[in-house]
Amino acid sequence: MAKIKGAVVVNEERCKGCELCVVACPSDVLALNGKDVNNKGYHFVYMKNPDNCIGCASCGYVCPDGCIAVYKVKL
Amino acid sequence: MTEEVKLMKGNEAIAHAAVRCGADGYFGYPITPQSEIMETLMELKPWETTGMVVLQAESEVAAINMVYGGAGTGKAVMTSSSSPGVSLKQEGISYIAGAELPCLIVNVMRGGPGLGTIQPSQADYFQAVKGGGHGDYRLITLAPASVQEMADFVALGFDLAFKYCNPAMILADGIIGQMMEKVVLPPFRPRRTEEEIRTQMPWAVQGKTAGRKRNVITSLELEPAKMEENNIRFQTKYKEIEKAEVRYEEIGCEDADYLIIAFGSMARICQKTIEMARAEGLKIGLLRPITLWPFPTDIISSYADKVKGMISVELNAGQMVEDVRLAVNGRVKVEHFGRLGGIVPTPDEVLDAIKQKLL
Amino acid sequence: MDINEIIKPENLVYDKPRLMNDNPMHYCPGCSHGVIHKLIAEVIDEMGMEEKTIGIAPVGCAVFAYNYIDIDWEEAAHGRAPAIATAIKRLNPEKMVFTYQGDGDLAAIGTAETIHACNRGENIVIVFVNNAIYGMTGGQMAPTTLEGMVTATCPYGRDVELNGYPLKISNLVAQLDGTCYVTRQSVHTAAAVKKAKKALRQAFENSMNKKGASLVEFVSTCNSGWKMSPDAANKWMEEHMFAKYPLGDLKNV
Repeated sequence: MAKIKGAVVVNEERCKGCELCVVACPSDVLALNGKDVNNKGYHFVYMKNPDNCIGCASCGYVCPDGCIAVYKVKL
Repeated sequence: MTEEVKLMKGNEAIAHAAVRCGADGYFGYPITPQSEIMETLMELKPWETTGMVVLQAESEVAAINMVYGGAGTGKAVMTSSSSPGVSLKQEGISYIAGAELPCLIVNVMRGGPGLGTIQPSQADYFQAVKGGGHGDYRLITLAPASVQEMADFVALGFDLAFKYCNPAMILADGIIGQMMEKVVLPPFRPRRTEEEIRTQMPWAVQGKTAGRKRNVITSLELEPAKMEENNIRFQTKYKEIEKAEVRYEEIGCEDADYLIIAFGSMARICQKTIEMARAEGLKIGLLRPITLWPFPTDIISSYADKVKGMISVELNAGQMVEDVRLAVNGRVKVEHFGRLGGIVPTPDEVLDAIKQKLL
Repeated sequence: MDINEIIKPENLVYDKPRLMNDNPMHYCPGCSHGVIHKLIAEVIDEMGMEEKTIGIAPVGCAVFAYNYIDIDWEEAAHGRAPAIATAIKRLNPEKMVFTYQGDGDLAAIGTAETIHACNRGENIVIVFVNNAIYGMTGGQMAPTTLEGMVTATCPYGRDVELNGYPLKISNLVAQLDGTCYVTRQSVHTAAAVKKAKKALRQAFENSMNKKGASLVEFVSTCNSGWKMSPDAANKWMEEHMFAKYPLGDLKNV
């Protein structure tokens, strides 16, 4: 079975930290950065568990601010 | 080629002129005494000839917003109504002025306030020339006094509207709308092509083509500094219009001892009044503002030191008289005579009023 | 595998739509408007209609829609978008014309314009965002506010004795002969977003195929107005909004 690997790139400055992508992710990849904030003062999302990402793009679909780009490769 | 002279109502003349002057669209809602405008357009079926769109809207509010929509795409669009309906249109007119779009609005005035009467009146003068809707804006206001002018002012109104990207209004009344006169209809001029719209109206919303920024038609600007800038731009434009576009007619003013100021149908009646007066040896002249805004302030002011008195004769309780008084600034006596609620005075009634108030 | 080997242009499977520009959106975090904006941008792009599309922005939160999607726009007075769209489409029949309206705009102040544009069978798309509240003005009651729901102008909950019933305007519009497609969608999950995009695409195609008016209602959240977190708002919507405004096609002819 081909293994699929994905990656998420977050536009940290556009992110408003709504966490909808965190909820939408089926593999527990994303989390809110609890420490840093962007220029607007929002905590932004990052790949907490990058190895889990399957590139399904669910995070991207539900992101209201278009901050998420998703990449996927078949291994 | 000999001119084609027709006999028709003022309202009908507007409809014919609209088709002939290359209007792209008419959006209206029936109301007496101007319903013949849309009726005539529907009968003419211009969508089969020039391609002009004619649509009966669900309300005056919808109609004026259709005009806003169409004007934003660079098209020559118009609406018509009568007083209560024009009140409803004020929202849209303010938005059109705020978005700096050209369009033509026809108001065939009837008596008010409220539902009032279907009889003629000139009581919407303030509404037309002092704003009407909200915000600091101006409406180019043309006052026809004949069926011929009803026809001619359609093209003129559109031309001024497009020249200044500003709404223009034909402010007629039930008399001019309903009366039949001979009229020479204006020559046909084609509607603007898409290409002409693109080059002449680069702001028009036509679909964002490659190589240009998106066009946005809006009156909204939440940043106060920019909104003030917009307002200053409007005011500069209005000053320009006041300088360049004043139109009026003088009849027997050169040697006049007294001056009547009257517009539209009332000016027609006053023409007879000055004839009667002169037969009695009374030298009365008639100054007829054709543009109510911009108002012919300078010419009226220039008569302040030449005549013994002025009277503003209007089908209202005294509206234009305020602008006449502002023009002469106390240098000469200015009276008002008017009948209200749809009553139209006779020429001799006006003459009696002049004798009573000025002599 | 190194992450940099995955993040390569050839591996890109999802990104911000091309027609959505880089202007930061003024919407609150988690607002449904952003996702709906993305779908519109994607559909226009995929249909190759960028140069032929004219959007009508409403009054309300989405008044600045014109700042985010890179097409030509006209901004309407509150409720008048369908009238504006009517004229634009009639005067420019080859253009693709849509309105973007909230519940107050479409179902209160603009009810007449909505009903009559639909009834005339205007070849336009109406995108209707129903979040049961006036967002921009600060969370007042909307025509679609649910019974018992608390807003700034029904602080004790919507009382039907006082305020009447939540208005199912899409059901009303579906009754009109001029509409060809009336559907209720949502954008709270990836699956819902994919489905909603198909619906939107069909609506836009209908308009170009002169089939009449299409209305796509998005049952949405206003987490700020509802005073909930975005996730909690989605869950509340599933439980309460979907009960009153069930998802699915109301009409498809």
